[in-house]
Formats: sequence, structure tokens, C-alpha cells
Amino acid sequence: MTDVLMDLPPDPILERRRVIQETASKKIGRRQLNSRILSGVFGLTLVLSLIPLVSVLATLIKRGVGVISWGFLTHDPIQPTLINQNAVGGIGNAMVGSLVVDGIAALVAVPLAILIGLYLAETESRTANFMRAITEIMTGLPSILLGVFAYIYIVLTMKAYSGFAAIVAITFLMVPVITKAAETAIRGVPHTLREAGLALGARNSKVSRGVILPVAAPGLITGVLLSLARAVGETAPILLVIGISGRTDWNPFHQMSALPLDIYQDSASGYASQQQEAWGIALVLVVAVLVLSLGSRFVAARMRREQR
Amino acid sequence: MTEESSSTKTRLLSRGLTGGIHPPVKSDLGYWLSIRAGALIFGAAIVLFVWSILHQSLSAWTSHGIHILTGTVWSPSTSNYGALPLILATLITTAVALLVAVPIGLGTSLTIIFFLPQRLKTPITSLVELLAAVPSVVYGLWGLFVLVPWMNTTIEPKLASITGGGFPFNGATNGFGLLLASIVLSVMILPTIVAISRDVIAAVPHEQIEGALSLGATKSQTLLKVVLPEARTGIFGAITLGAGRALGETIAVAMVIGSNPQIPKSLFSTGATLSSTIATEFGEASGAQLAALGALALILMVITASVNAGARTLTRRALRGHA
Repeated sequence: MTDVLMDLPPDPILERRRVIQETASKKIGRRQLNSRILSGVFGLTLVLSLIPLVSVLATLIKRGVGVISWGFLTHDPIQPTLINQNAVGGIGNAMVGSLVVDGIAALVAVPLAILIGLYLAETESRTANFMRAITEIMTGLPSILLGVFAYIYIVLTMKAYSGFAAIVAITFLMVPVITKAAETAIRGVPHTLREAGLALGARNSKVSRGVILPVAAPGLITGVLLSLARAVGETAPILLVIGISGRTDWNPFHQMSALPLDIYQDSASGYASQQQEAWGIALVLVVAVLVLSLGSRFVAARMRREQR
Repeated sequence: MTEESSSTKTRLLSRGLTGGIHPPVKSDLGYWLSIRAGALIFGAAIVLFVWSILHQSLSAWTSHGIHILTGTVWSPSTSNYGALPLILATLITTAVALLVAVPIGLGTSLTIIFFLPQRLKTPITSLVELLAAVPSVVYGLWGLFVLVPWMNTTIEPKLASITGGGFPFNGATNGFGLLLASIVLSVMILPTIVAISRDVIAAVPHEQIEGALSLGATKSQTLLKVVLPEARTGIFGAITLGAGRALGETIAVAMVIGSNPQIPKSLFSTGATLSSTIATEFGEASGAQLAALGALALILMVITASVNAGARTLTRRALRGHA
């Protein structure tokens, strides 16, 4: 019997058991000590990974809070001059720019992504699998490539930088993120609900609108808010296509400004006032992103509770 | 009667429950078409996207050929478009970022799953996830105003004294450069690595862990010799995904790397990556330079798309293996 076992090809589980027993046969006291030390090292890595977060947030509060005021949020910027170096202007133009660009992009991206999510969740075909793979790969592509895309098709065609080109890039960024969330949420809806709707004689479109999407809503809203949080902070694609504007302007076909872009431009400035402004905007931006991502959790949790 | 039941059957079949490839009944044609139209629009947009970047770089490939990939000088003012310095800087910053972030990220995942008390798990996990929520431009700002002075006065002199001023910590220190970019990148990819590796580590079967413990292995031995090997496919997936993010990260890197396209001689030297060069030069570019930047975009797209596809395969395989 033993001979037969010896002739078997090496079994990974047996092999692992052998390794464990070998290590276990070393002195227990020493091993306990090593284990304690290693546990300490693991704990240390956790502390290390939280240090940057603490440092970023602390600096944001230290340098950013003093800048924030109602005027800072609503007024247009002041160009610093040699005589007037310390004047911190406002970021009203960038607030409006971000609102217009990300708002319109979300309005386009959400319905489109929900349709694709329905398609991916409800069909099993090679085309669907391929689309799913492409969508996931798109999620990981560097956002600046979408800036290049929007530049080639919009800026070169219209011969002008514009908020519209930024909207195209940001929409393209949001769609795969929301699609993924939508597909997961729709797949999570129990089959029995769909079948019940169909059995009552409802059309597919009616079942999707009246049953599946409402049940999947918490997941959908989480996806939308998270993608918005990502979009609000995107700088690279906007940098290539939006141009520059120092005035509040609601027209997306003009050049515009945006919050993350202002941080990037201010950070390169030698003026202390501009750097201060950059920290102020960064604080606004991080608060917006935190509200969106924590809000998504809160809303989702609350809706789930109500559904029960 | 028979007609009615067969129509119900068709409806159920068209519902996608059995594959959705059956032609829809008339009343559902609109729905059937609209979800496909959504997918078609996005598919077409992706085709246009890939085509635009190919097309944009076309004239650069025809006029410079393979020299774009192998040329060692990137200098738009003298019409030299060799991307090798940029490719090298991209690979080096990503590699160093992984060297820093992978051990810390894996340790963090293990700590969260195996050492933290239950009531701390969720808050600590959310804190690490918050790292992912901070926009890239804010990390750039933080690197520029918090890390640069610290690197300049503390970290770089210390590292230089370790190697005695030898490679890779040689040359002048000024805070900016590849090392700072790598550190900022490591912070940015940490949440990705933690999130994915936590999932795959948590998916390791309990029997394996209990088995090792019952054989007399200590907790750390179990983690190192059973849990990590068991989860390795997924961990490679997490690392690859982190690498994909680091390779393409743009704004934060552009702010701290020094924007100086040269073959890096040390980790202290300034440099420029593929993406940071697109970001910093695109605004003033036209003609041949624009085409060359298009070629950089193409190189970046090919690298990141293949890395992401690899990551996707690895993580899916890992999570399916335990499902």
C-alpha cells in the first residue's frame, strides 16, 4: 500500500503538509517569538499605510481651512501682481466648470451605462463577454488617453478648446465604471422577481423599469456616486482639452476652468497666494469626494434597509 | 391554447434566462434593441478611441519608424523623438512603487483579516479605501509641498549614505525626481493592492488555515507558508492591477518628477514618464511633436491594456478557484 502511494506524482497538498510539519518541528519557543515579531511587522505595515492618509488630511486642513470663505467659493479669481501678491481670489469659475462638465457627463453616462449593464447582465453570448472584458480594461486605462481622444475628435474638429470636449472625455471615463456597478447590481436581483414580473404578463421593458432597476437601485446609486467622485478629481484629460478661463461661464462650448485643473496650474506658480489657493481648492475637492463616497455608502445602506 | 403557451415560452426564452439569443417577440423588440444599442454605441466609441490614437501617431511612425521606441533622446526643440528615456522612467517608477507598496499592502491585508478585532475591521478598511478616493492632483500637491522638503533634507541624504553615494542613490539631491514619483505612486496604488489582495486572501479556505494551525504551525508561519501561497494567483493579479495604475498615472507624477526627459542615471535624477510627457507637452505641441505624443499615447495604451488584461485574467482565475 505504501509503495503505491510513493509512486504517485507529488501532490501539492501533501507537499505543503510536509513543509509545515518540518517547520513545526523546530523549537516551539523560538517559533512563538518569531511569530510575535512577524505579527508586529504586519501591524507596522498597517500603520505605515495609514500615515499618508493622515498626512494628506492634516496638511489639507492646516493649509486649506484658512482660505475657505463664501467669497472664495463664489468669486472669480484675481491674477496676482507684484504689487498685490497676497490677494487670494475666488474659485467660482472652477466650481461652475466642474459642475457643468461633471454634471452633463453624468447625465449622459448614467442612462447609457445602465443600458449596457442590462445588456451585460441579461445576455450570455460571446459578444457580451467580449464587451464585458473591454469595459473592464477601459476602467484601468490611463485617463489621459481619453484626453487625447477628445482632443483629436472635438478640439481639432471644432478648432477650439471647450468644456464640451472635457464632457466627452469624462463621459467616456464614467461609463465603464457605472456599467460594472450596474451589471453587478442587476445580476444580484433574484431570478424569481424577473420571472414573477413576466408571469404577470409584463413586457421585458416594463419588468426592467418597474422591478429590476428599483431593486438594483442601491448598487446603481453607489456606482454613480463613486464614478462621480472619480470624475470630479480627474485632471489629466481635462488639462488637454478644456482650455483656460478666468471668468464664471455656464456655456460648455466655451473654454472653461475646473477645480482639479486649477490646483495643477496654481501649484506651478511661485506666488504664495496661488499656492494657498491650491490648498483651498484641494480641500474643497477632497471634501466633495468624501461626501460622494461616504454618501454612496449611506444611501445604499439606507435603501437596502427600506427594501427589506 | 397551444399558441398562447408557446408565446409565453418564447417570451421567457427571449428574457435572457436561457441565453437571450432567441429573437424577441414583437412587443419586446424595442427593449431588445435598446439595450443592444447602448452596448453598440459604447463599442463604437471604443473603436473610435483606439483608431484616433493609432491615426494620430501614424505620421510619427512613418517618419521616425522604430526609432521612436529605441531612440535615447527626447527633445522636441531639435525634433528628436526617442521615447526610450520616457519608457525607462515609466518602468523604473512603477517597479520602485511596487517594491514599496506590495509588502506594505500585503501586510496590511493580512493584518486587517487576521489580527484586527472584529469591530475595528470595517473602519480600518474604510480608511485604507479613502486613500483611493483622494484625487491624483491632491497627491501631486502633497508630494510637491510636503514630501519634497522632507525627501531633500532627510530621506535622500540618508539613502545616499547607505550606498556611500553609489548606484542607485547617486548624484545631486533636490527632492524632485524618480524616487519621489515612485513614493507618491506607491501611496496611490496601495489601496488597489490592499482591496484586491484582501478579497483573495479572505477567500482562502478555512480548512487550509485550521489544518496548518492544527499541525503545530504558528500564526505567522500559517500566513506565510499557507495563506500567501494559496492566494498567490490573486495576489499577482492585485500586483498587476497596481502596476497598471502606476504605469498610467499622470498628473501626480508630472507634478513631482521634474519633467526632464533624460535617461535616468539614478533614482535621484529628474525624469519624465510617458504619461507625464503627454500631459506637460500637449498644450504647446503641434505638427510632428503632436504626432510623436500620439505615438507615446499608443505605447502607453498598448502597455496598460495588456497589463490590465493580464490582471483581469489572474484575479478572475483566483476568485473562481475558490468559489
